[in-house]
Amino acid sequence: MIRLTEISRVFHMGDQEVRALNDINLEIASGEYVSIMGPSGSGKSTLLNVVGLLDRPNSGSYELDGTNVTALSETEQARVRREKIGFVFQSFHLIPRLTAAENIELPLILEGVAPADRKTRVEATLDAFELRDRAHHRPAELSGGQRQRVAIARATILKPTALLADEPTGNLDHRTGAEVVALLEALHHAGTTLIVVTHDRELGARAHRHISMRDGEIVGDEK
Amino acid sequence: MNLRDTLSLSFMTVVSYRTRSLLIVLAMALGVAAVVVLTALGDGARNYVVGQFSSLGTNLIIVLPGRSETSGGIVSAALGQTPRDLTLEDARFVSQLPQVKRLAPLNVGVAELNAGGKLREVTVLGSTAELLPIRHMKLSKGSFLAHGSERSAQIVLGSELAHEFFPDGNVIGQRIRLGDSRFMVSGVLASQGESMGFNNDEIAIIPIDYAQELFNTSTLFRILVEARSRNAIEPAKAAIQHTLKLRHDGEDDVTVITQDAILATFDRILRALTLGVAGIAAISLAVAGILVMNVMLVAVAQRTAEIGLLKAIGAPSADIRHLFFAEAVWLSLAGGAIGFGLGHLGALLIRLAYPQLPAWPPVWASVAGVAIALITGILASLLPAARAARMDPVNALSGK
Repeated sequence: MIRLTEISRVFHMGDQEVRALNDINLEIASGEYVSIMGPSGSGKSTLLNVVGLLDRPNSGSYELDGTNVTALSETEQARVRREKIGFVFQSFHLIPRLTAAENIELPLILEGVAPADRKTRVEATLDAFELRDRAHHRPAELSGGQRQRVAIARATILKPTALLADEPTGNLDHRTGAEVVALLEALHHAGTTLIVVTHDRELGARAHRHISMRDGEIVGDEK
Repeated sequence: MNLRDTLSLSFMTVVSYRTRSLLIVLAMALGVAAVVVLTALGDGARNYVVGQFSSLGTNLIIVLPGRSETSGGIVSAALGQTPRDLTLEDARFVSQLPQVKRLAPLNVGVAELNAGGKLREVTVLGSTAELLPIRHMKLSKGSFLAHGSERSAQIVLGSELAHEFFPDGNVIGQRIRLGDSRFMVSGVLASQGESMGFNNDEIAIIPIDYAQELFNTSTLFRILVEARSRNAIEPAKAAIQHTLKLRHDGEDDVTVITQDAILATFDRILRALTLGVAGIAAISLAVAGILVMNVMLVAVAQRTAEIGLLKAIGAPSADIRHLFFAEAVWLSLAGGAIGFGLGHLGALLIRLAYPQLPAWPPVWASVAGVAIALITGILASLLPAARAARMDPVNALSGK
């Protein structure tokens, strides 16, 4: 359950004030499949970053699963991010020195899971995402679709309640993009809240709830 | 993230940036090695000098004629006082002192040595049988001057002289001519090489009476005195001064030097020198520390997106700070360890090249070198690590 109340985020560019989010009120129930669309600069990525606790709003409150997370300290927010939220990025953001398996293992290391336990969980995840034979390849040796699969595996290994995807197919061709979307939707079917930010109308239309944004405000919200 | 994972993750990072890590470790290692090698040299030089002085004798007191202080002026000139020379009689009185274990009067001169049709000028020492133990000399053949041998014409040759004049090795009992007198070779000194710029292998030693006759003098060049113990050195010095003052009509006209005093001075000077070079080498370590800081700052800038990602997947600032901090610790640790090894290898090579120089790195220098490497590396990583931890995740993810 995500509840945003009068959230505002203001950036200062020189002496100009940019209101990226302007008194946003939004409620997303657990297990929803939401797309956020809008032109560049409409505030949709900022909204995703606030929901993902990467960005702090200047005002307003944010309640996640019944907890007011705006009031948490930096360290506590990091823990919430780790345990409740998974990020999928357009440019994958894999660490180039680490193998696919090691990239997937990172959240477990941050969480402090014991090595033996880590190993079995990574193996299971590799199998689930059909990455077993790519486990010891570095990102440079993987195709775009495989990289995004590794990124999604990393985002979901700690079983987050919400998966936030920012243009997840933006760097992929049509066919692999469709595979990645199918994978995300499978995770949604398994119960994860899925929020997708995209320019792609086709991808946006697949969601069950469509939010449109312009100039930092929600201008459309239809199911 | 726990300590083990932090260390292993940062270790993997250090290994994967191979060139960068090697260069920085090299800089650190050279700094540490410089500290170790330079202090080894300094300390080796100190030990060498101290050893040279010790080889002159143990608990040695040297008495030489002449005043070492300014006094008198008009008064002493008006009273007609003149400094007296040291004589054998003086030496005999000194030898009676209870603090004195033994003594050897010494005369030095140059004379022409002539034997078997060969001729050369040699440095001649005139002394007694006691010279051998006092000066820690060793014989390779025959015997030294006999006790109470002042009237027998014995001569002891340095090893090189013996070899030059009697290459067949048949030297004991041979007759040779020194100046106008004839001597019989009674012994040959063991090869000792140079000590304090004085080549012991090219000297000849004859009884003191003969030397005084040869050089036509009744005075002594030095009296070498060995005190009974280290603690007896100062009382012996005072007693010698007192005795000789009485014998010289109350005139304080001899100088008494103890080996300890000279030794202590050299020891102090060379210790200061060692500290000085160690300090200079330590500066190179500080420079290496700044290099670590620079490289870590570049690393933070390079890995901005990665830092953003770590934050996005839930790494708190502390974890990120620890990761960069651990990276610097690994680099400094490797630099310190390799530098320690290199430094000791360098010292070993110096010892092999100059066997007479005991170039052992002092323990304090090795420890201090490695410790300074670690401390500077760690200090230098504080700023970059803090900068990484402070980064805004949204900007970092977009590489800004």
